[in-house]
Amino acid sequence: MPDRDNSPNIRLKMKKDLHQNKVPRTPVPEQNPEERRKNFHEVSLGYTPAMAQLEASRCIQCKKPKCMIGCPVRVNIPEFIKKVAEGDFFAAARIIKETNSLPAVTGRVCPQEDQCEKHCVIGIKGEPLAIGKLERFVADYERLHQKETAIETDPPTGKKIAIIGAGPAGLAAAGDLAKWGHEVVIFEALHKPGGVLFYGIPEFRLPKEILEAELDYLKRLGIEIKVNYVIGKIKTLDELMERDGFNAIFIGTGAGLPYFLGISGENLNGVYSANEFLTRINLMHAWEFPVFDTPIHHHKTFAVIGGGNTALDAARTALRLPTTEKVLLVYRRSREELPARLEEIEHAEAEGIEFHYLANPIEIKGANGWVSEIICQKMQLGEPDASGRRRPQPVANSAFALKTDAVIIALGSGVNPLIAKSSTGLKTDSHGHIELVDPSINLTSRPGVFAGGDIVTGAATVISAMEAGKKAAEGIHHYVMNLEL
Amino acid sequence: MFEILKKTYLAPQVFKYLLHAPDIAQKALPGQFVIIRLDETGERIPITISDSDPTQGTLTFYVQAVGKTSLEMSLMKIGDFILDIVGPLGNPTEIKRFGTVVVIGGGFGIAAIHPIARALTHAGNKTIAILGARTRELVILEKELRSTSAEVHIATNDGSYGTQGLVTDVLKTMIEKKEPIDRVIAIGPLIMMKAVADLTRPCNIPTLVSMNPIMIDGTGMCGACRVTVDGKMKFACVDGPEFDGHSVDFEGLLNRLKTYLPEEAEAKEKYLKDTGGKCRIATIAQIYG
Ligand SMILES: Cc1cc2nc3c(=O)[nH]c(=O)nc-3n(C[C@H](O)[C@H](O)[C@H](O)COP(=O)(O)OP(=O)(O)OC[C@H]3O[C@@H](n4cnc5c(N)ncnc54)[C@H](O)[C@@H]3O)c2cc1C
Ligand SMILES: Cc1cc2nc3c(=O)[nH]c(=O)nc-3n(C[C@H](O)[C@H](O)[C@H](O)COP(=O)(O)OP(=O)(O)OC[C@H]3O[C@@H](n4cnc5c(N)ncnc54)[C@H](O)[C@@H]3O)c2cc1C
Ligand code: SF4
Ligand code: SF4
Ligand code: FES
Repeated sequence: MPDRDNSPNIRLKMKKDLHQNKVPRTPVPEQNPEERRKNFHEVSLGYTPAMAQLEASRCIQCKKPKCMIGCPVRVNIPEFIKKVAEGDFFAAARIIKETNSLPAVTGRVCPQEDQCEKHCVIGIKGEPLAIGKLERFVADYERLHQKETAIETDPPTGKKIAIIGAGPAGLAAAGDLAKWGHEVVIFEALHKPGGVLFYGIPEFRLPKEILEAELDYLKRLGIEIKVNYVIGKIKTLDELMERDGFNAIFIGTGAGLPYFLGISGENLNGVYSANEFLTRINLMHAWEFPVFDTPIHHHKTFAVIGGGNTALDAARTALRLPTTEKVLLVYRRSREELPARLEEIEHAEAEGIEFHYLANPIEIKGANGWVSEIICQKMQLGEPDASGRRRPQPVANSAFALKTDAVIIALGSGVNPLIAKSSTGLKTDSHGHIELVDPSINLTSRPGVFAGGDIVTGAATVISAMEAGKKAAEGIHHYVMNLEL
Repeated sequence: MFEILKKTYLAPQVFKYLLHAPDIAQKALPGQFVIIRLDETGERIPITISDSDPTQGTLTFYVQAVGKTSLEMSLMKIGDFILDIVGPLGNPTEIKRFGTVVVIGGGFGIAAIHPIARALTHAGNKTIAILGARTRELVILEKELRSTSAEVHIATNDGSYGTQGLVTDVLKTMIEKKEPIDRVIAIGPLIMMKAVADLTRPCNIPTLVSMNPIMIDGTGMCGACRVTVDGKMKFACVDGPEFDGHSVDFEGLLNRLKTYLPEEAEAKEKYLKDTGGKCRIATIAQIYG
């Protein structure tokens, strides 16, 4: 295997080629839109080893890699890419996993265009390196080719840690803590672990087998996952600590409370929150009804309200149901402000989702108890608001109707108050987010209780939730070990 | 996995189950429910916790076999396992000394009022139970309620037992007789709860009803269970299931419960066909009675 880094000629040539923009970004094979719009298989097929090496060879191995600044967990991007170029994919995987325990997931779902790839220097003149696609390739390669090896963990510490919520934050915290020798029990409210990765993000974007492999790894670390445990109901924090002998607790319960529009007609049949719609499909397999018992009504037209990842996932899932003819996406700003990942927007456009920009629903109308149309108002963009995006303002007398028989509301979500309400000494802000007294270790106002992920920040990203989980794991490790001193 | 320790046939379509669920049994309070999923392909359905025994680690349910899942459950045997049970969910019933409380149960609602009646009596109330059913053999838990309530009244539609008529007829007589009633709790079919609420509204008797919308997660995550109370959206699984009967929008919920009627019928038909009609309701009694 030629070591490209040590071969100055090749590097020089690469630099020159790059400069002249001769080596374009390696495109990733995808299922074609016509086919995929009616199946649930993964859209992006991923690089082959040759494609990955070719793409990796475009990296100029910056001395001060800007790309890393954009990555919330500081993956050592140039190092792993160097290994990919060399063809040593296992080594690449080891480097990524030093800081990122779920690369097969983040390679697929990170908003790379706003994170690592946004800062890549070769993106200034040409197209940035496909860091996410390479990360995914490496993780997939390892999963498919690595023989199962014994996992080494530190000797048992005798400390028991409870993790509440099996989303990315909880899973990341659990993984680190188990490696350090602690006894870890995860309590999950649903009957499957994974959080949004399981019930929210659909199969065609994140195949469940990837999550299963990850959960399998955690189980091999000796972590126990107790499903069907709603903490706050079956047990309180006090009981976990005082009765069940947990030395510390991590709360990673996410932001799963769906927002509605607050307009008339929201209780009509055919109106769903994105959470309900996606949960029926992903968690309950409603698209396989009647083999699975949970149904989803088969509509012809869906109107999805919103513009984030959740809205796009709901829209593209709706499109894939057998009787769907048309899916509209109604967003109150313009394409530029869509918060969803760029790749998803492009995929949705190619699949034929109809985008209605600068439109805001003001009423859902029905006939015989079912949705028949939504009335929207035209919007225009004014001055930027607190989020930096231009604030949409209604245009007077501009109401118009969109015919549809189902509406999916994907306006984001708030936090579930269950835990804060049922426990003492846990401070929350006015939105119910758990407050941290020491953000450097994700410690809450209650001693021994740490928190992280969407429950602290509000709806954010998978990678930031994982980062929070890892940070809290370190805090917890120090906390429980200091008890001895 | 949760083992069925006992299963008893009570009345046509109605079975009593005793399950091993020690952690839930520690916490369950009157008014709370669980969500169960029978197997890997199963749906999640809410069932009221009718009794719990923390020392034995058991829960008691009463399930009416009406559709695919409850029929399937009616064919399960002692020693079989239910894959998932999550709970206790929902808020417990407010138990205080109110004075005289009338608890009204219709259908499987009788199973739900039984632990409430007991707790109310325990708290020093005069508890009056009114049980409603179509016909005599559907009156369940009469003995248990008699042992925990000061009075038990029964109304059957066909007059085969107790008063002929509806639970509201019995309640109306009480109100007309100017019996002091400090609170009413009604659990059963929506139409029954609505009729009770309509009756108590003019006399300002605080009335609680238990909403039974379609649910999925039961933790406030999906919003499928939303009901309108006082013009505001509430989630029955976390804000309820009990609400002020004078403020809930019964019509809205009645409509929402129709969402999956065709699919529910399809699933039931398919199930009956797949099982060779083995669980035709008429035969259940003979197989497992
Ligand atoms: C449809 C959708 C698509 C998304 N797409 C992307 C994307 O492409 N890229 C990206 O970076 N981010 C995406 N996100 C956001 C991302 O998924 C979240 O930011 C992330 O999952 C948050 O992780 P978490 O661990 O904090 O919480 P969650 O993933 O929400 O997990 C919380 C877990 O806690 C459990 N829980 C809650 N309450 C309790 C309790 N009381 N007791 C026990 N367990 C409890 C829940 O059931 C859940 O399993 C998406 C979100 C959604 C909804
Ligand atoms: C908080 C709560 C507590 C409950 N407790 C019990 C209980 O203790 N015992 C019990 O037998 N059932 C109980 N139910 C109702 C039970 O969950 C439903 O009947 C369930 O849908 C049955 O599933 P299935 O597949 O057998 O029937 P489905 O196929 O779901 O339905 C069959 C028939 O029942 C009707 N139906 C469905 N859901 C409801 C509902 N929520 N209320 C009235 N009719 C409905 C349908 O319209 C249909 O005609 C409870 C519901 C809630 C929300
Ligand atoms: S974790 Fe996300 S941001 Fe970091 S390198 Fe990987 S894809 Fe980029
Ligand atoms: S900024 Fe781009 S070119 Fe530079 S090291 Fe990072 S990925 Fe490679
Ligand atoms: S059942 Fe999902 S929010 Fe109540």
